[in-house]
Amino acid sequence: MAAIEVKDLRVVRGERVVLPGLSAEIAAGRVTGLLGPSGSGKSTLMRAIVGVQIVAGGSVRVLGEPAGSPSLRSRVAYITQAPSVYADLTVRENLRYFARVLGVGGVDRAIETVGLESHADAVVDRLSGGQKARASLATALLGTPDVLVLDEPTVGQDPLLRRELWDEFRALAEGGAAVLVSSHVMDEADRCDELLLLRDGDLLSTGTPAELRERTHARDLDEAFLRLVEEAA
Amino acid sequence: MTPRVTFATAARVLTQLRRDPRTIVLIVFVPCLLVALLRFLFDAQPQVFDRVGGVMLGLFPFITMFIVTSITMLRERVTGTLERLMTLPLAKLDLLLGYAIAFALLAVVQATVVSLLAFGLLDLHVHGSKVAVVALAVGNAVLGMALGLFASAFARTEFQAVQFMPAIVFPQILLSGLFVARAQMAGWLRAISDAFPLTYAYDALSRVTEGRGLGAWFAFDLVVTIGATLLALALGAATLRRRTA
Repeated sequence: MAAIEVKDLRVVRGERVVLPGLSAEIAAGRVTGLLGPSGSGKSTLMRAIVGVQIVAGGSVRVLGEPAGSPSLRSRVAYITQAPSVYADLTVRENLRYFARVLGVGGVDRAIETVGLESHADAVVDRLSGGQKARASLATALLGTPDVLVLDEPTVGQDPLLRRELWDEFRALAEGGAAVLVSSHVMDEADRCDELLLLRDGDLLSTGTPAELRERTHARDLDEAFLRLVEEAA
Repeated sequence: MTPRVTFATAARVLTQLRRDPRTIVLIVFVPCLLVALLRFLFDAQPQVFDRVGGVMLGLFPFITMFIVTSITMLRERVTGTLERLMTLPLAKLDLLLGYAIAFALLAVVQATVVSLLAFGLLDLHVHGSKVAVVALAVGNAVLGMALGLFASAFARTEFQAVQFMPAIVFPQILLSGLFVARAQMAGWLRAISDAFPLTYAYDALSRVTEGRGLGAWFAFDLVVTIGATLLALALGAATLRRRTA
């Protein structure tokens, strides 16, 4: 059974139809990449999966429960695209608070995983953009979530750290979690087990990176994406 | 609701406040300055200072906590931390009570410092219990917090949130009976005054400061003030949506 099942999901924001009717399945034990240009509906889909998005139709089930169910709140970890940590607290104080709300430990390990040991006692406001994003990401690594929904967690990070973060996502997936990571950078797609390519709220294609390259006879995924767009047009 | 989460939230809010010592100094010492100004303004009329000053002690925390809460909660909404919290195992009541505990503690400090100054150095005389004045001040702080929380839902920016102060707080103070006795107000003004929660908070305070006795009307004032606080908290909780557009 898929960890996340999205059926005919329709989301309308104001006058704009962001997701006209999207269906997708996201498996446990895999790193699934949600790729697409900005404005394609990635964040909206993620918000619907964690149950904070008002939806106009369709259904989203996570671990067999409707998205946003109270029982899911300690099993689904989520980070937003903009860092959502308290700017006037230190990294450690932020993590301690989130850990106490979740009723779990692992603050030091989470700080270490995102490489912020040397900034653990710095106030978030004084960190760089990339460091703030890492502090925010660390809050999602507390405890042992079964589903991780990470909205552009590696944007603006240096290549070495990006590789370490992807290794961490891989380890979490190998531990049995469903890991959904969005990115608008195609060169990150190769690090995923599965890809969901999104454009204008529609799912262009799904499959493993190798399958997508093969299907489109493209050398890289950027080209594969272009060909899929042309095919759809 | 989980006590662990409630207290974690209160501790978090207090840590945030501690990070901003300038705000704490302003919250505690600006009222001191204002009371001192009143004292010298009414130098020749100590009875006026006693009447106004005593009541002001109880109203400062109401005003301060209204602003502090509406801005802090607006920040939670705007920076995305509220959305993040809404995906966690945190009940809305945990968040509200966490805030209430933290700001009530701040109100205790504020009311105590201002009272020590007013009673100790500025010769303020109240007929009733000084401790009761401080206790009512803390109660008013929680009322201000609850109204501020509710108001924050209708502001998109901090500029707007600050403007709710004159919009929501000033009319309540003007019509509370502090400036013109309620008995002398035009009927329609008095009807509006009847509908404002601060009217009852003011009446309770003035009963203590004027030593008019703590009878049934005082109890009625308390019931209405506490009821209004709970209602504002419930309305505030209703504005904390787990799902947004």
